[in-house]
Amino acid sequence: MMRHVISILVNDQPGVLQRVAGLFGRRGFNIESITVGASEEPGLSRMVIVTHGDEKTMEQISKQLYKLIDVAKVVDLSQNPMVARELALIKVGAEPSERPEVFGIVETFRASVVDVASNTLIVQVVGDSDKIDAMVELLKPYGIKELTRTGVTAMTRGTLRK
Amino acid sequence: MSIQSVVSSSQSREELRQRLLQPDEITGSEILLRTLLLEGVECVFGYPGGAVLYIYDAMHGNPDFKHLLTRHEQGAIHAADGYARSTGKVGVCIATSGPGATNLVTGIATAYMDSVPLVCITGNVPTSLIGTDAFQEADIIGITMPITKHSYLVRDAKDLARIIREAFHIANTGRKGPVLIDIPKDVSNQVTKFIYPETIDLPTYKPTVYPNKLQVDRLLAAIEEAERPVILAGGGVVYADASKELMEFVTKTRIPVTTTLLGLSGFPSAHELSMGMPGMHGTKTANYALQNADLLISIGARFDDRVTMKLDGFAPHAKIAHIDVDPAEIGKNVKTAIPVVGDVKEVLKLANLKARPAKSEAWLQRIAEMKAQYPFRYKDADDQLKPQYVIEMISETTNGDAYITTDVGQHQMWVAQFYKFRNPRSLITSGGLGTMGFGFPSAIGVQMAHPDKLVISINGDGGMQMCSQELAICAINNIPVKIVVINNQVLGMVRQWQELIYDSRYSHIDLAGSPDFVKLAEAYGVKGLRATTKEEARAVWQEALNTPGPVLVEFVVPKYENVYPMVPQGNTLDQMIMGDSE
Repeated sequence: MMRHVISILVNDQPGVLQRVAGLFGRRGFNIESITVGASEEPGLSRMVIVTHGDEKTMEQISKQLYKLIDVAKVVDLSQNPMVARELALIKVGAEPSERPEVFGIVETFRASVVDVASNTLIVQVVGDSDKIDAMVELLKPYGIKELTRTGVTAMTRGTLRK
Repeated sequence: MSIQSVVSSSQSREELRQRLLQPDEITGSEILLRTLLLEGVECVFGYPGGAVLYIYDAMHGNPDFKHLLTRHEQGAIHAADGYARSTGKVGVCIATSGPGATNLVTGIATAYMDSVPLVCITGNVPTSLIGTDAFQEADIIGITMPITKHSYLVRDAKDLARIIREAFHIANTGRKGPVLIDIPKDVSNQVTKFIYPETIDLPTYKPTVYPNKLQVDRLLAAIEEAERPVILAGGGVVYADASKELMEFVTKTRIPVTTTLLGLSGFPSAHELSMGMPGMHGTKTANYALQNADLLISIGARFDDRVTMKLDGFAPHAKIAHIDVDPAEIGKNVKTAIPVVGDVKEVLKLANLKARPAKSEAWLQRIAEMKAQYPFRYKDADDQLKPQYVIEMISETTNGDAYITTDVGQHQMWVAQFYKFRNPRSLITSGGLGTMGFGFPSAIGVQMAHPDKLVISINGDGGMQMCSQELAICAINNIPVKIVVINNQVLGMVRQWQELIYDSRYSHIDLAGSPDFVKLAEAYGVKGLRATTKEEARAVWQEALNTPGPVLVEFVVPKYENVYPMVPQGNTLDQMIMGDSE
């Protein structure tokens, strides 16, 4: 079961997220993560869904999505070289004495500290999912108080032929 | 009131159109009625309630708008469904918010599974109350999302005309299906200028109509090579009005045809190349042909599990070509070598230009022998009225020229087996969802669409009790449906499965306590007749046919009759139990 990143261009209409998510649910397609936001075209939003499936499942996902009236375009980004990124905010327990160690990890990962309180730090890290997983692992010993991830957003590299 | 008074006349259409198009300042309700009329709607089926009071108020005294009040929203939507299936036009029903809307759900799912174009209009609570658990509020858009082709919540009356136009377009193009329009009460009373959009602009909805020529050429090449080709024709042939094109295709290619339940009326049952229905209760010939074919051409069918039975082992030697308007059906259940996406009629038209015969003569010989050897059969008896006998009698007396609606279960399969269909759209039946309670109310819709045609609704005693309240509609509007109840006093199909698969442990299939159907009909003012023997059956049926208005005819038949042949679930098509059909 291959991991796939699908980009879906949809009409910016109420209920469209429910239509897409509902379709995945009722047809037994898996959703690892889902992100939605504005696209380059006014009136259209872009969803990026990370899913798993064999070739047949992916074909069905694409075809079933196209049946939704609000879906304009479906692209399996993972078919081509792509940039896939997610952002995580990690609240780490860190007494002032531990901070330098944490800052060291943060720097290595080209992450950043976006909040400092008396005994916690919020680390912001951007990268592919593996990088974020690794960062989380390294911060675990300090005590992760809270973790939130955006899910993957992605696009293909280079310019598509017109 | 007569049935004609409910269906608007087409004489003054253009004059009416000009009158309706006036850019007046009107309410959302009036916009709704005008737009429906402009879409060519002849009759709407519905049931009023709090959230649609403005809509019903707009109907009051409106001579152009025809509405049939059913006795249950489910009756309304099944009637709209029958109207749509028998005409190819969009069926329209109206229900109020909350329970009115949820009562449509089974009907919407029925239409969705069988690709029937419906526009379902529901009222909702005023926009200011949406989401507050207000009286009679239900999230009908959310509830029906998996069973509608599309749906709209109207937030502004200015959008209403556009939305209705889009809904009709979406419902009746591409793979057809139900579209729901939810109108909050305040929107139905909001006054705005009526602007009828002349064009429909849906950039994200462009169904494929014309097929890829290359794929059609590949199909034709495969046919010329094929020695054991089979056509599997489905509801898509009927819905695309492609029966003539199919006939030409079959004649040119010399390929035998098996028709799914929904495709039955798309190809004449009596044709020499017709093999009847395949699948669980199909003919031995059709199933044999599928299992031995070297080329299987599916035309507007979707390889439903009741057709394929065990998928692993279905048509094991066949190269599969699949013609369908819905690309998602291609490759969904079976691996397809030749995919042809497009409207079935357009695909066949193109194919017919160059179609040449398959190398099928020896195969056709074999098929003809099988047909002669294994017709549908049943054990008739002089002292018993068998249900199959009743269906054969109805088929003979109508010469296959009536509109037939069925409910779901044994009688439905017997109709599929023993009624000789001749005309497209003449079988109206719930195939995909298998909805009990569909048979009778759908016939009301068929009759509304075809006031002068013979419409026969064939039901079991179980399903008849699921929507029998609509007898009132037949009585007061003099809708002359001939209602057949095949009464075996049990839930026959469930009983059959319990007998064959659950060692005759009969669990809750006894329908003792059913009403006297003759008296039930009479209580509504509908003529009721009953037959328990063959002689009575013939006499009573003639009387029903000679009676101008609605008639209910009850045929009392034995309990323990089974539908044969049967392929038990989990088996492949060649593992048939022939039973009494031997």
